Amino acid sequence: MKNDEKVIIAGFGGQGVMLMGQILSYAATAKDLNTVWIPSYGPETRGGTANCSVRISEAPINSPVVNICDTLVAFNEPSLAKFQSKIKKDGILIVNSGLIKDQTYRDDITVYEVDASKHALDLGNLKVVNMVMLGAYLKVTGIIEKETIHNVFDKLFTGRKADLIDVNKQALEAGMKAI
Amino acid sequence: MKTKTIYEPTEGLTERELTYCPGCTHGIIHKLTGEVLAEKGLIDEAIGVASVGCSVMSYEFFNCDMQQAAHGRAPAVATGIKRVREDHTVFTYQGDGDLASIGLAEIVHAAHRGENITVVFVNNAIYGMTGGQMAPTTLLGQKTTTSPTGRQKKAAGEPLRMSELLATIPGATYLERVSVHDPKHIRKAKKALEKAFDVQTKKQGFSMIEFISTCPVNWGINPNDSLKWAVDNLIPYYPLGVYKDATEGDHNEK
Amino acid sequence: MAKMLMKGNEAMALAAIKGGCDAFFGYPITPQNEIPEYLSFHMEENDRIFVQAESEVAAINMVYGAAGSGARVLTSSSSPGIALKQEGISYLAGSELPCVIINVMRGGPGLGGIQPSQADYNQITRGGGNGDYKLLTFAPENIQETVDIVKRSFSLADYYRNPVMIAVDGLLGQMMEPVDIDKPVEEKESGPKDWAADGFAKKRGHRNKIVSLHLDPQDLENHNLKLQKKYDEMRENEQHYELINMDDNPEIIFVAYGSMARIARSAIDTLKEEGIEVGMIRPIAISPFPQKAFENLPDSVHTLLTLEMSLGQMLQDVQIVNNGRYTLDFYGRTGGMVPGTEEIVDKVKAILKGGKQ
Repeated sequence: MKNDEKVIIAGFGGQGVMLMGQILSYAATAKDLNTVWIPSYGPETRGGTANCSVRISEAPINSPVVNICDTLVAFNEPSLAKFQSKIKKDGILIVNSGLIKDQTYRDDITVYEVDASKHALDLGNLKVVNMVMLGAYLKVTGIIEKETIHNVFDKLFTGRKADLIDVNKQALEAGMKAI
Repeated sequence: MKTKTIYEPTEGLTERELTYCPGCTHGIIHKLTGEVLAEKGLIDEAIGVASVGCSVMSYEFFNCDMQQAAHGRAPAVATGIKRVREDHTVFTYQGDGDLASIGLAEIVHAAHRGENITVVFVNNAIYGMTGGQMAPTTLLGQKTTTSPTGRQKKAAGEPLRMSELLATIPGATYLERVSVHDPKHIRKAKKALEKAFDVQTKKQGFSMIEFISTCPVNWGINPNDSLKWAVDNLIPYYPLGVYKDATEGDHNEK
Repeated sequence: MAKMLMKGNEAMALAAIKGGCDAFFGYPITPQNEIPEYLSFHMEENDRIFVQAESEVAAINMVYGAAGSGARVLTSSSSPGIALKQEGISYLAGSELPCVIINVMRGGPGLGGIQPSQADYNQITRGGGNGDYKLLTFAPENIQETVDIVKRSFSLADYYRNPVMIAVDGLLGQMMEPVDIDKPVEEKESGPKDWAADGFAKKRGHRNKIVSLHLDPQDLENHNLKLQKKYDEMRENEQHYELINMDDNPEIIFVAYGSMARIARSAIDTLKEEGIEVGMIRPIAISPFPQKAFENLPDSVHTLLTLEMSLGQMLQDVQIVNNGRYTLDFYGRTGGMVPGTEEIVDKVKAILKGGKQ
């Protein structure tokens, strides 16, 4: 993998933005990589935007703060508007085209559009939209293998939540195939 | 075609969009408070005290001079204001963590001194703004983030009934507990607020209206079901009604 | 030992349990709520005590009571709540009681904001409460270091019979990092708490009293001199710091702690790539202030650049220990603003170009 990945994941509360970032960090931890997950916890989270940043690195991570990211994963239009400028030159943008339409993108980044909302609905559960986006992210960056993510699912979704593992795996697959 | 205005937003509130969660009854209670202050012609000279909790930003919503207080201290702040501005209407707007936990000494002493202020007390049995911790008014068995297995009497005691408690204090003049879960109760609540502000205007002493309220987000129930949960669970423990009315007697005349 | 991904607040809570904490008394305040929430479940699970107090004032007095009875006690809060605890902290220090206080700092003054800050430095190091007392205060920069320090803090508090504070900022409390929660730490040994008012007077043969009142001024002076001896020992033995990148003839030395130090590390890397060498003194404990770190700096050094998430509080301690030797400069953000690496890099370049900004 490349040396140091900085990703910002942004959407609105309830889209599973935070969990997507945490799963990446859990996976990185399982692979003995260095990682930091930072949530936004300010007043903007009340009925509004939710975002987190994740850093994954082979070397120890100094500043945990991500000001300029390598990749932005945007779930909705306000998030795109807020964070598009934070993508580095030649960086990557992954958008949920189910909610983000007719947008102007920078011409110095690579854009991937995934209709994550549709894929989630097709699977019968809109809540897995974040896993579709995660699948797309994994395919685009190649940062972590899906098997590691599956292991994270097994560890995190226990008890009654274990019933959700299958649909989450399917969502991951759908996202990977969509690229 | 002629149009006639039959309803409009009250002058008692500013035009700022409320920041409360969808389905939260803070919206209704703000409106009633604003309406009463406006209809009684008090809003222009009123001074409100905002507290710390979900309503921390209420200084943006009430259309009068406002002062923010530290957590729990609103009754003391209101005392300071009223003592130097006695011809102004002074009110506080507090949640159950603010009033019944950290602010217990302040509310008791404001009532004890018979401060001529009006307290709007919003009781939803939980700490909303900080993410759903247990409050002094949380019910036995109710799960919160700091009572994960349900409130235990042995560890945390039984929930505190503030209207009943303050009713034992001679200095309290008017105490009523109301609800806003349906139009009938909303109308009754408004009348209670009118009475409370009358007590202040007539310099008859300390008044508090306790509102049974909801917190859909931290209770984990949708707004409609939250109203039902409040009716089925909170009201039986916190019965509605007038707990103190000393307006007829003269020992609270100032 | 395999690492677990943990949120700073939760890692501190678990570390406290592993460090032998008997009782926790606290109150909700953002951004440290995960600490009481985690402990409300896990203290009971581990047969220990948890109480959500009615306020921060009540909580610190519960700490005072439990500590006076010989227990290992923890409370946690954030800046405005720590302000409320100052009276209790002074009582704890004056009564020579051990306890651990976690402060997850946020912007101030007053209600301030909920974003990260380091503007409690003065409150922490210059008393806060009344009287001549000092806290032993650590300011770790990452979750692993925090966990190690929290685990050790209870035995340190017992040894010095003094409150120990761990000051982190909201960023560290909220973020998640891999941590080895079972990494062994060396506890500071101290004897049994035969001074505690634990109700065994008869067995002990004499009564114990936990008191900070000394009405006779000579008595009170003697008591303060006794406390001062402890603080002298702390100053001698508890100067904790790290020196970074001192070997390549740096001209400028950062002085920074906590999350600010981590951001500064990134600035050091960025500047190094451009051929500019900057070193750093990183206090790991801010009280006592690590004076020793400032001795024997490389000959190439001409400026100490203090970096804080405040408008210059640790700067005053840097001024004192510098004693006119080097040029002093400062860069700070406050109100909860967290600086980016670029801002610090730009500041360094501006200094090198000529003159203080």
